[in-house]
Amino acid sequence: MTTHSDAYADSRETTEGRVYSVTGGDWDSLATEIGATKEERVVVNMGPQHPSTHGVLRIILELEGETVTEVRCGIGYLHTGIEKNTEYRSWTQGVTFVTRMDYLAPIFNETAYCLAVEKLLGITDDIPERASVIRVLMMELNRISSHMVALGTGALELGALSPMIFAFRDRELVLDLFENISGLRMNMAYIRPGGVAQDIPAGAIQKIRETVDQLRINFKDNEKLLVGNTIWMKRTQNIGYLDLAGCTTLGITGPVLRSTGLPWDLRKTQPYCGYENYDFDVITTDSADVYGRFLIRMQELEQSLRIVEQACDKLEKLAGQPVMVADKKIAWPSQLSVGGDGMGNSLEHIREIMGESMESLIHHFKLVTEGFRVPAGQAYVAVESPRGETGVHLVSDGGTRPYRVHFREPSFNNLQSTSAMCEGSMIADVIGAIASIDPVMGGVDR
Amino acid sequence: MSEDKGSFGVHGTGDTSGYSGLVRTQITPGSSERPFGGYFDDLADDLERAFPAFSDAIEKIVVDRGELTLYVKRTHLFETAMALRNTETLRFEMCMGVNGVHYPEETGRELHAVYSLLSLTHNRRIRLEVAVPDADPHLPSLVEVWGGINWHERESYDMFGIIFDGHPGLTRILMPDDWQGHPQRKDYPLGGIPIEYKGATTPPPSERRSYR
Repeated sequence: MTTHSDAYADSRETTEGRVYSVTGGDWDSLATEIGATKEERVVVNMGPQHPSTHGVLRIILELEGETVTEVRCGIGYLHTGIEKNTEYRSWTQGVTFVTRMDYLAPIFNETAYCLAVEKLLGITDDIPERASVIRVLMMELNRISSHMVALGTGALELGALSPMIFAFRDRELVLDLFENISGLRMNMAYIRPGGVAQDIPAGAIQKIRETVDQLRINFKDNEKLLVGNTIWMKRTQNIGYLDLAGCTTLGITGPVLRSTGLPWDLRKTQPYCGYENYDFDVITTDSADVYGRFLIRMQELEQSLRIVEQACDKLEKLAGQPVMVADKKIAWPSQLSVGGDGMGNSLEHIREIMGESMESLIHHFKLVTEGFRVPAGQAYVAVESPRGETGVHLVSDGGTRPYRVHFREPSFNNLQSTSAMCEGSMIADVIGAIASIDPVMGGVDR
Repeated sequence: MSEDKGSFGVHGTGDTSGYSGLVRTQITPGSSERPFGGYFDDLADDLERAFPAFSDAIEKIVVDRGELTLYVKRTHLFETAMALRNTETLRFEMCMGVNGVHYPEETGRELHAVYSLLSLTHNRRIRLEVAVPDADPHLPSLVEVWGGINWHERESYDMFGIIFDGHPGLTRILMPDDWQGHPQRKDYPLGGIPIEYKGATTPPPSERRSYR
């Protein structure tokens, strides 16, 4: 065995050929050495720790020069067994787990899960309208914050730094709203089976309206930077091409599917949470490339703002109405409020159960420790998340815990299209193609 | 149909809760009769017309909570899937994936594979369910029908040990390649260690006293 020693690029012989472990340093010496070997086929491992793979994603590239002949994805580095864990917790506790799957779109995970629990309970029609409107409001705000990361990091990975700064600036504004409403900026566990954890605080609607106006102005910065920008278009047009036939056979949904010209958006085609009562457009392009998907995300921001405004109007009309189902056997008994050290149990509720009403205490204790039972059966519920169809398959055996929770994650499914999009292209375009799928590894690996 | 006894799932004489005599019966939705309601009747008719071996292939049809589930025999799974995809009146051109469910109590049908299908053309959804015995967990792969099911089948293999015959590369996908066992099965422990905090010890989640 011959070993080439180089501080940055060690090499060793294996049965598969010579393997180099490159950690930085002078690329010229490495390129010269690889050029001297008789191997024409080079296999490069990109990731799992690579700044432009959109997370802990390992991409295995087979190269001929700079042309990619084969791509395979290696995933699983972020697998945390969330689905298994939920089987050992009550139905309500499940929300706290599933919100951590696709961590850029927590509200969508929560909503899909809660809609499925409600379907199993048969209380879909009993959810108060105010709760559904708050869900829509939160989902659309979340779509904005998620798309901001998709656009910002996508541009960053292709070498455009400024869009990332603007995108994260705008995302902060949305996260501030989340903090104001739910107490948390990410992984809120705010949507609960039967409604939402608590009503939006006083003054929140005013804040949301101000933020919406501010975002409308702010979005122009990225628009001016990228839309029609020659360099950006050269990096994204006709890159990562995937047509409608490719999308349907690979089960691709979301912006990637809409970039083929098909206006498939579950908010329109199979509405939930009352989306049929909102006025908005489904954005499509017909270029089926990275640029088309970028344009869709840019324009979906405006559509989300429109829905947020309509949701605010509805909330003003529905002021004072409940945000949790009336059925006390399901509705979470505890109330939250903001104290000196952040969000916690409301002192009024504590006084009631600890000092005033024995029955309230028993009720609280039973529901919080035991939870509620869900009739046996199974259900599948899908919502349109920023990345496509987030589907939840829930199975209940009639107990206080889920029998099986399965998330059909759009990131997991869509990442399969990497091979179809990238084989035959240049290595630099792999980055753009994967960024346009916008996979979130927390969702891919669960 | 299954039965639960007691409130904490304690067996023998350990249950001091006073609820040990409690018996709860769970009824799983059974086979449905026509009319199924909605588009489900049309769909069943169309499938029957398009697929001659229909009565052989389908074990039962369950309509529950507004969703249609076809229980398919594994020997006919591939043909059923082809018919569902290709027939003009059905056109389930998208498969949203497959996932496993483990029912250790159902002797001879322990492992279920659940497929959810979507028709963009007709805006419809249905579910296919196939049961296989633990001792012989083989199913035909549907990668040829819907390419996007590739990773989902790998995940079901990884998590449940269901073997999809004809899959182009059935390897583990989420767990490391040399992992032993299939983590989502009910006989696979959740794991975890007891945590000590301020003198009190909290057992891992799977060993805590909990309600049924």
